[in-house]
Order: sequence, then structure tokens, then C-alpha cells
Amino acid sequence: MSYLPYALAVWLLVVGLYGVVTSRHLVHLVVCLTVCQSSTYVLLLAIGYRKHGTAPIFKGIPLGRTATDPVVQALTLTDVVVSVTVLALLLALAIQVHQREGTLDPEEIPAVRG
Amino acid sequence: MSGRTRTSLFLVAAAGLAALLGWGIVGLPAFGDFHGRYGVVLNHVALAQRHTTNVVAAVVFDYRGFDTLGEELILFAAVTGVALILREAREAEAKRIVDPVRGDPVRAVGLAAVPATILLGLYVVAFGYLTPGGGFQGGVVVALGMLLVYLAGDHRSYSRLTAKEVVDVFEGGGAGAFVALALGALAGGLAFQQNFLPLGKIGILTSGGSIPLLNWATAIEVTAAFVLLFGEFLEEVMVERR
Repeated sequence: MSYLPYALAVWLLVVGLYGVVTSRHLVHLVVCLTVCQSSTYVLLLAIGYRKHGTAPIFKGIPLGRTATDPVVQALTLTDVVVSVTVLALLLALAIQVHQREGTLDPEEIPAVRG
Repeated sequence: MSGRTRTSLFLVAAAGLAALLGWGIVGLPAFGDFHGRYGVVLNHVALAQRHTTNVVAAVVFDYRGFDTLGEELILFAAVTGVALILREAREAEAKRIVDPVRGDPVRAVGLAAVPATILLGLYVVAFGYLTPGGGFQGGVVVALGMLLVYLAGDHRSYSRLTAKEVVDVFEGGGAGAFVALALGALAGGLAFQQNFLPLGKIGILTSGGSIPLLNWATAIEVTAAFVLLFGEFLEEVMVERR
């Protein structure tokens, strides 16, 4: 039980990678990538949790009370927002692929010329 | 490589990866039993050192502000990339699809929720370093309030409310202000991004030194970023290609 949250993070990463590898649609592929990314949030927040700990916000709570780790929470909260903009960038690239090649299936997109 | 070969190759690799990660997590402290020094120390000293009751905000905008600067610039670069890709590919004089919401109750309730949502977002930003919240979270809420103008009204009102020229200025200005505050400390002879303002009284809005300024710079950038993203993707759907 005490390792279940970490195992969940591993599961999310592997399942997301499975989606990326078997994907037949670029939008689906991008969503699978965000599943992989979510695994890092689960792992960070799970590590930072402390038994019987409150949120690390000491408004109306005496200092010295057991609180969860603020560093991993700070890392996660900034990345949750930033990852959405990166997701948008990938979707914009998918739109561009569709305009140029007329398909969103990675198998049908001709090899990159350069 | 055929799809089946690739999948079976992946399954072998994934099993190996899962085993490796499983081996790794067994070495981690049991769930709820983590005693990382950094976080424990910050929980004890942040209130006295920075006068902010929300330690997470103190970490984001002060102790690990350098990381946040990196995240801000990733956000800025990603949004700039979206604008470059989507705006270039679009025809300038394409026909617009008209799509007003026709149900009066939907319009009334939806538009009434616009100022309430924006106010909630501003509240989450303003008190972000005292209670749960902050520039990142509040900025998203403010942008959602603006998106409600499209959801309950029509696209024309949304694009008029969020004129590209204005949003672009806020997007760049927010990121610029964050960097300027960091460099300003350096120019004043302090360390990069060092907190240089008076810390104020604990528990009120003027506490935290330069944390409130960095918080608002972030809020402006995040709001502008999401308003811009919503706008660009809506244009993709709403503007018919010739």
C-alpha cells in the first residue's frame, strides 16, 4: 500500500508511452504525451506528502505543524500551467501537418525531408 | 517496421522500463514518510524570512524563483510558437462564421458569470502568497472568465474584447516584467532575483517584498497566454478557409 502512489506514476508513464507508440492520430499522440507528463506530477506530489500533514500554508495554522513538502508542490503547479501551453504548441504543429499533408496519421505522413 | 513488430518491441522495452522504475521506487521513502530537508526547513523559516504565509508561493517566486523564470520563458516561447504557426497559416480575409448563442437564459447567465469569474481569478492572484492561489492559478481563471464571453455570447465579441495587439503586449510585458524584476535586483547590487522590497507585516497584501510583484507579472503573462491560445484556436475553427 505504501508504494501504490509511486506505482501509479510508473503505470501512467508506461501506459502513456504505449499510446504514443501505437497512436494512429497526431492529436491522440499529443494527449498520450500529456498522460506521460501527468505521471511526473503524481510522482512529485506523492513523494512530498507527509502523514497527517496539512498544506504548507501557515495562515491560521501554528508554525511547526507537520506540513507537506512545498518544493515539489511549487514544481508541479508551475508545470501544470506551462505544460498546457506546450500542449497547445504541439496541437498547432498538428494543424500545420494536416494542412500540408492532408492527414493526421503518423504512418501516412511521408518521411521528413530536409 | 510493421505496426505489430513495433508494438511487440515496445512491450519488451516497456516491461524493462517498468521493472527498472519499480526497482527505483522500492528505494524511495514509504508514502507519507518523506523527510526531505529542503522542504522541512522552508516550512519552518519561510514565514520569518519572507513574511508570506503561503510557503509554496514563497518557493515559486523567491526561493526557487530561478526555476519559475525558466518556466515563464518556456510558457512565453510556446505561446509565441503557437501564434507564429497559426497566424502565418491563416488567410487574412477569409470569411467569418457567425455563431451567436441564441438561447436568452444561456446568454444571460453566462455573461453574468463573466465578471464573477474574472473577479474570482483576480482574488486568487491577489491573495496568492497568503492563502492557496497565486499568479499561475489565478491567471488561468481570469482567462477562463474571458472565454465565457465566447461560450455565452459569440466569437466576434470575444475577438473584440481580446484584441491581438493588446494581448500580445500583455504577454510580452508579463514575461518582460518578471525578467526585469530579477535583473533589477542585480542592477541594485544584490543577487539575481533577490527580494529587495520591504517585507511588510505578515498576513496582509503588502507583505512578501517583491513576491507580490513577481506574482502579478506571472498572472498577467499567464492570463495573456491563455487568452491568446483560446483566440488562436477559436480562429482556426471559426474562420472559414478560402
